[in-house]
Amino acid sequence: MSAAEATADDAQGGQESTRGQAIRRLVQGDLSSVRVVLGLVVIAIIFQVQEDRFLSAQNLTNLMLQITTIGLISVGIVYVLLLGEIDLSVGAVSGLSAAVMAVLSVNHGWNAYLAIAAAVAVGAAIGFLQGSLFSRFVVPSFVVTLAGLLAWEGALLQVLGKTGSLNINDPKITGLANTFYSDTVGWIFAALIIAAYGTVLALGYRKRVSAGLADGGPLPLVVRFVFLAAIVIVAVSVLNSDRGVPLAVMILLGFVVGMEYVAKRTTFGRHVFAVGGNAEAARRAGIRVNAVRVAVFTISGSMAAIGGVMAASRLFAVNQNSGGNELLLLAIAGPVIAGTSLFGGRGSVWTALLGALVIGSISNGMDLLSLSSAVKLMVTGGVLLLAVLVDAVARQQRQTSGRV
Amino acid sequence: MAADGTPLLELEGISKRFGPVQALDRVDFAVSAGEVVGLVGDNGAGKSTLVKAIAGINPPDSGTIRFEGQEVRISRPQDATELGIATVYQDLALCDNLDVVSNLFLGREEIAAGPGQATRQLDEVKMEHETADLLSNLAVTIPSLRSEVGTLSGGQRQQVAVARSLLGEPKVVLLDEPTAALGVPQTKQVLELIRRLRERNLGVVVISHNLANVFAIADRVFVLRLGRAAGEFKADETTEEHVIGAITGVGDGREKNEQKPEEEGEA
Repeated sequence: MSAAEATADDAQGGQESTRGQAIRRLVQGDLSSVRVVLGLVVIAIIFQVQEDRFLSAQNLTNLMLQITTIGLISVGIVYVLLLGEIDLSVGAVSGLSAAVMAVLSVNHGWNAYLAIAAAVAVGAAIGFLQGSLFSRFVVPSFVVTLAGLLAWEGALLQVLGKTGSLNINDPKITGLANTFYSDTVGWIFAALIIAAYGTVLALGYRKRVSAGLADGGPLPLVVRFVFLAAIVIVAVSVLNSDRGVPLAVMILLGFVVGMEYVAKRTTFGRHVFAVGGNAEAARRAGIRVNAVRVAVFTISGSMAAIGGVMAASRLFAVNQNSGGNELLLLAIAGPVIAGTSLFGGRGSVWTALLGALVIGSISNGMDLLSLSSAVKLMVTGGVLLLAVLVDAVARQQRQTSGRV
Repeated sequence: MAADGTPLLELEGISKRFGPVQALDRVDFAVSAGEVVGLVGDNGAGKSTLVKAIAGINPPDSGTIRFEGQEVRISRPQDATELGIATVYQDLALCDNLDVVSNLFLGREEIAAGPGQATRQLDEVKMEHETADLLSNLAVTIPSLRSEVGTLSGGQRQQVAVARSLLGEPKVVLLDEPTAALGVPQTKQVLELIRRLRERNLGVVVISHNLANVFAIADRVFVLRLGRAAGEFKADETTEEHVIGAITGVGDGREKNEQKPEEEGEA
């Protein structure tokens, strides 16, 4: 589904330009999501040849569960990257928020949903604070969030107390990452997604036709629709042949679709792109640049908290390592690998999902092959470097052809 | 060409000081509807400061501004915009990563009707439609309204910036060096566009170093020198040499004496 939407999104632009332009877009990286999908296919082939459990329904389901946390955190990171900024605190914030939830739920007996809401509120408040400091005092976001990374990790240890670990037993919380829907419900989801997508495409096309802006027939839309429908059907049948469609996947997809809508279809999203592209131009156009920045960091903190809640749910626990290790760097690496620019103003929320899939597949495949974490880290680092180089080359090519 | 009673925008005794520098010293300036005024002067003469005072970016220390005969205060860019004064800066202030439509409507996006309103959903179709209308009215040709502004030529970018300033239905448009860094054919396009602004009965102020371009479009040439008004000329009654004299201060007194009666007549 992710792939369909991402390529389809690019296809929409291509439909308005000539074939030559489409080729140029591919070369110059505007179609980076196609590149990433091809990369995913290559990764899948490599691991499948080495270890034929890789493409089994069970492993693919595990893969989807493994990427939920990274994917959710990356959704927030995409917004920060669109501004051309960075948020290094998301790992620590996810751990701290999850710890707050666990303490409230386990030690204070709070209702699960209230505890989750409190965790998200903590993440949002931290993001708001960091965003305000960054925009009010014009300190580099790198420094503010690096300080945050240290401080919130300390806060995590503080909140967890002496035991350093809390087991979560409220089924409403653990259910988030461990609920699977029956086959029937899975197919109902599939039907709803396909119907909704078809409706959106049809309504959009009708509106363009009635405004006299339709250039070319509806064929590209039909291709997109068929592509998406095929992917949804394949995905659901794979998931159904194992444990069923996981709730966690629906949560991740929900946030990706919702936040992509906000980024691409709303005034706020347009302003995020504008600030990331040329903050001075945005300011002169009357956009409240600092308000946009604070909002974006608040989103980033909130998404980190949501990711932390999912991680805690999956582990049934919060401990001193929650939100630590390479989680932060992988959450930033994902969208960059999938084509969101580090320089601001270019990217999409789909890259959070695609990037998490790439990183998750590599990690998962190497686990299946029982490779050491030494090898895993080096390979993941290499993939990130490669992706950043591709981004930089694409940027240079845009510049040489007169596009900044 | 102008002179249909009160000028649209009228400045009187505008002064602005930056620390020890007197950037503007009691400058009087006016522009009428359907008139193109060329604002010329050497570097540091105060052209940009004057434009920024009108645009509300650097409000003047003293002096009065009248708009359509009414005295107004312009202390923020929004004040100028609300009055109907649009400014196109030399750096254009476009977002290269956004397409033509998005840039045109930046900061004043159309919101879709229906359930999307809650999320302030963009009405892309309406914006694209209005963009196409506006650009074709101005005879501006852009290959695709959905191409990123970064991919356009300098002349096209300038035209997009000017077109954007018209979306708010302004009465006065200030253009800062609109033809700097443009090639000959592109300069011609932009000058054509400025003429069409005059045809729309807008008051246009053009800052430029290029006197040939100023003479090609301006009805009136206003010279600033070291922060003071150094002469005002009707473009069809003077020569470049006279204007250069006023800009550099060579033969300053003579120019001033010659122009004095006319200045008073227009004020």
